Amino acid sequence: MANIEVEGKSYETDEEGYLVNLADWNKDIANYIAKTENVDMTDQHWEVINFLREYFEEYQIAPAVRVLTKAIGKKLGADKGNSEYLYGLFPYGPGKQACKIAGLPKPTGCV
Amino acid sequence: MSATITAPPYRVIPIIPVLKPGAMEGSGPYVASDKIQEALGFPGHLVDNWHDQAIAKMGELLGKYRSLKVYMDSCVHCGACSDKCHYFIGTQDPKNMPVARQDLMRSVYRRYFTLPGKIFPKLVGARDLTREVLDEWHNYFHQCSECRRCSVFCPYGIDTAEVTMAAREILDSVGYGQKYDNEIIGKVHKIGNNLGLPAPALRDTLEGLEEDVKEDTGIDVRFPVDVKGAEVLLITPSADFFAEPHIDSLIGYAKVFHAAGTSWTLSSFASEAGNFGMFIGNYEQLRTIALRIREVALELGVKRIVVGECGHAWRVAYSFWNTLTGVGDGADPNDQFAMMLQKQLDHRYKQPMHICEFTLDLIEQKALSFDKEANDKHIITFHDSCNVARGSRMGDYPGGQFDIPRNIIKAVANNFFEMNPDTTHERTFCCGGGGGLLTDDLLDLRVKGALPRMEALKQAADEHGVNFMACICAICKTQFSKVLPYYGFERNMVGGVHQLVSNAIKLGAK
Repeated sequence: MANIEVEGKSYETDEEGYLVNLADWNKDIANYIAKTENVDMTDQHWEVINFLREYFEEYQIAPAVRVLTKAIGKKLGADKGNSEYLYGLFPYGPGKQACKIAGLPKPTGCV
Repeated sequence: MSATITAPPYRVIPIIPVLKPGAMEGSGPYVASDKIQEALGFPGHLVDNWHDQAIAKMGELLGKYRSLKVYMDSCVHCGACSDKCHYFIGTQDPKNMPVARQDLMRSVYRRYFTLPGKIFPKLVGARDLTREVLDEWHNYFHQCSECRRCSVFCPYGIDTAEVTMAAREILDSVGYGQKYDNEIIGKVHKIGNNLGLPAPALRDTLEGLEEDVKEDTGIDVRFPVDVKGAEVLLITPSADFFAEPHIDSLIGYAKVFHAAGTSWTLSSFASEAGNFGMFIGNYEQLRTIALRIREVALELGVKRIVVGECGHAWRVAYSFWNTLTGVGDGADPNDQFAMMLQKQLDHRYKQPMHICEFTLDLIEQKALSFDKEANDKHIITFHDSCNVARGSRMGDYPGGQFDIPRNIIKAVANNFFEMNPDTTHERTFCCGGGGGLLTDDLLDLRVKGALPRMEALKQAADEHGVNFMACICAICKTQFSKVLPYYGFERNMVGGVHQLVSNAIKLGAK
């Protein structure tokens, strides 16, 4: 277990930097985690983060990569509805890196 | 996560690498938290009397598994295994020579369980179990993917994977488990799959796939869940519902069932083929996970159980489901539910059956037809997954597990080339992420362990223009997607056999 300091407040994370308490999340924390991941947050990044959080709210898990690409394609245009686009935004992989920034638990298993 | 992750350069002449003692020293993967450990009935953290408890557990395992005692006693240090391990080749750490890794346990075995070791420990290389030794176990027994390649070359047939499994079992029993494996097993008990994918999310994902396939092909291909009275229960790794390229194989299975007119179903309760109980060498976990499948099979009244593209799951299904659950012959006659399932299943078919056996049977009966040109952009090779290659079989003759997936590929695509035969079939190299090591905190190890497979792939790419490596394992698919770029390949160069089937299968036509 570890802690991160954001705007003078301390938040608990696991060994890999994922937030432990999902309710702690806010935009400052997202920006902070993004920085540690060398991701420059743009509107395009926020579209993905917001979708992840909405989906998680409903299903208690991050969406499958395919569900995510489809949703982003619908929202931002068909040329962006593919995993290449998402890898462009989140180079370590949209599944894990975007979840981390969105304050969601890490997807586990053979993924 | 390790700060620097580096791929070793390709070797000019692939021989025994120069040794780098201590190259992979360290604390090993993340240790499981109290919460994760206790959910599986293990002590939450390292117990005070860990020394005595670990030795007692070792004694218990030596008594229970005769094989383990034979493996401890029979090694003559001939060295045949030493350069056969992908982790040794990639890391150059001498403790990753299979013989040396096993000796981390063998030295302790000698000290406590053999007369010479009790009397003259130094003379026979016997060591006390100290905290340093225990830490070394946690580190190096998580640098073995239990792939059993070394065992192929061992003149005594020592199964290194069993030694690793025993070491992990001992570590768990004293409260020193691995986070990745044990967290995942907890999710299977709680939610039904490794991913933690709840039923509503599964349904939503599958509905989305039905829409996608309809859009692509104009045909209503169904992805049924929890359908009572279906003929086939498909048990597949949960990564097939979630990750890329896995999901393309799931679409392939659905298209095959559709084209064959077979009624089938997935289960939201048993939505996982994977069984990490095997990776940690724990029989109770192995059995509890497997029993979810029996419970659902009985409830839905299915006649056949088919397993999707998952390497270690197929080993568990093929080699252990029979006695664990009654899928296949050999369960305890006093196990009434196993007997009930035996009666229920249709024994005109293999139980369990691999999806590749299912598909190839249909191809041979000419029940499926393909547009092979649809795969022409792919110049394909096949990576044998370790647990399928060395821990199981398909079809009705030895080596069927090698031919069946290849015969499917050749039936659905025009361009197929083999990699170097020293790296395929029973000599296949692990992808570098198997055996419960597919975690980000071991990424450096995973990248290095992929070296021999990447070398063989590079050769096939240079000589034949290979641009697609097919496999039948969720771990292999994820591992390769992650490590290919470190070796200068495209991430999406890996995919499933049923992904190729999906590309080429003609729906609505015979």
